[in-house]
Amino acid sequence: MNVRARGEKRFEFIAHVVMIVLSVFAILPFILLVSASFTDEASAVANGFRFIPEKVSMVAYEYLFAEWTQIGRAYLITIIVTLVGTILCLAITTMFSYALTVKKVPGLKLIFFLTLFSMLFRGGVVSTYYIYCNLIHIKNTIWALIVPQLLMSGFNIILIKNYITNQIPGELLEAAEIDGAGQFRIFFKIVVPLSTPILATIGLLSAVNYWNDWNNGLYYITDSNLYSIQQLLNQMNNNVQFLISNASQLGIKNTGTLPSTTMRMAIAVVAIVPIISVYPFFQKYFAKGITMGAVKG
Amino acid sequence: MKLKSVGVNLKKKKLRWRKIIPVYMLLLPGLVYLIINNYMPMFGIVIAFKKLNFKKGIFGSEWIGLDNFEFLFSSGNAWIMTRNTILYNVVFIILGIIIPITVAILLNEVRQKFASRIYQTLVLLPYLMSWVVISYLAYSFLNLESGFINKSILEPLGFKSINFYQDSTWWPLILTVVNQWKSLGFGMIIYLASVIGIDGEYYEAAKIDGASKWNQIRFITLPCLKPTIITMFVLNMGRMFYSDFGLFYQVPKNSGMLYNVTMTIDTYVYNALMGQNNYGMSAAASVFQSFVGFSLIILANGVIRKISRENAMF
Repeated sequence: MNVRARGEKRFEFIAHVVMIVLSVFAILPFILLVSASFTDEASAVANGFRFIPEKVSMVAYEYLFAEWTQIGRAYLITIIVTLVGTILCLAITTMFSYALTVKKVPGLKLIFFLTLFSMLFRGGVVSTYYIYCNLIHIKNTIWALIVPQLLMSGFNIILIKNYITNQIPGELLEAAEIDGAGQFRIFFKIVVPLSTPILATIGLLSAVNYWNDWNNGLYYITDSNLYSIQQLLNQMNNNVQFLISNASQLGIKNTGTLPSTTMRMAIAVVAIVPIISVYPFFQKYFAKGITMGAVKG
Repeated sequence: MKLKSVGVNLKKKKLRWRKIIPVYMLLLPGLVYLIINNYMPMFGIVIAFKKLNFKKGIFGSEWIGLDNFEFLFSSGNAWIMTRNTILYNVVFIILGIIIPITVAILLNEVRQKFASRIYQTLVLLPYLMSWVVISYLAYSFLNLESGFINKSILEPLGFKSINFYQDSTWWPLILTVVNQWKSLGFGMIIYLASVIGIDGEYYEAAKIDGASKWNQIRFITLPCLKPTIITMFVLNMGRMFYSDFGLFYQVPKNSGMLYNVTMTIDTYVYNALMGQNNYGMSAAASVFQSFVGFSLIILANGVIRKISRENAMF
């Protein structure tokens, strides 16, 4: 018995060691990024980025602060898109999913099949792009950041639909119907309040999707006034010049001394700070959302 | 008597419409979205078989049969991108089963709730990052002028520095590591949920029989994980022809020198469409992907229906 208990202990010890190594592995790149952003430009170029800055400097952030209008606008766009997108996503998806669960309405099976089929067979990037650009004329509007791909997924429909059928007693809905409640009333007064757990989870995942999205911007936005924070990052990834040319527009003289290397790192830090600071509070729900999605396949 | 029954029927009909109309109103926004976002693009597939003329629109443009596909497949790119897409997927699927399961089993052994929470939070963190951010993180390690690998590892040890963004040698490894780094937390959470769900009595019984830890894992944990493994495997098989655009576009910074090992169908489509404005070639590649991808999903699901019915998706 004693020997076995010791075996268990040893196994647990190994588990701790491996998990600590993996945790460190997961966060090291972030530490390097933050450290790089606080490094003096000259020392970064001479000796490279270190996990502890060789010579600390805030210059990169000072330049960013001078460019606050561009970054601030990008942030604003991201926040608007995330809020509007998440709310619309939840509204459309929940209405659609509930409607599919209503009994004795013709055509619902077909619509559900069409939803499933849309998950299996996709038209592809090119025709989607053509249709959004030439028929919907979405290019360079804020809707381009909200509508394509992100608004409603068959996956979420299945999750909410299953939740409603399994968790909300059918008798309750029937009773409400017999008492003369209309479908809208049933939806708003019974279904939505009773589905809050799943709606919160899906809302969270959707918000993360919107916050992180750069794909729609890449395809549909060329107007720099509509750049989201992710697209701004992407643009600066492609050429540091973007930042420099903008800096000169803004009246920063001396673009020659612009700390372009460390400044890139600094703007990446600025972009991830909000999501990292709220993440610990949402981690549990986030993990729950992942598990839920996987179980349902 | 007859009249009465007709009256009841009419009343029933009326009631049904009062129910049907609101239900369809609830469906309406979603249906409109489904049509715009999914079904119109499905018909847009015809672009691949046409010589697209913007003035005439899709349906007015001239049919050219399989010309776009012939161009695509004679260019050599078709082979490279198909090969890359499939090979990376094979590696990712295998690693995506082995590593997260190992980690989930280990994490389940950690008895302290608090420590376990911390580990989960940290390991899942990369999954929350967009590929743009990850490309910056990779850049801080890889770049020639100030990257950590060049300046703090290779140069001090006396090796020649490597210009990663122009040298394709290391990219299969880099992309695999970066992908595992981002997705480990996701896989770990999924398999952890299954590991936790295993009935503790099995282990109790095994312990009484004197089974070692290793044998418990081999004969209890892994067999119990089989349904989850199969589900994940089938899902990934169905995506065999799709790649994570962000990984292959952002992390190598779309560097042309690396295309030989970083080009997948998705990055090719993007570059042909947005870079060269070549609707014909990109549509051909995209349609190729749609059809093969669809066939693979049906095939994978069919195989799984044969093996274990309850794990099939449809």
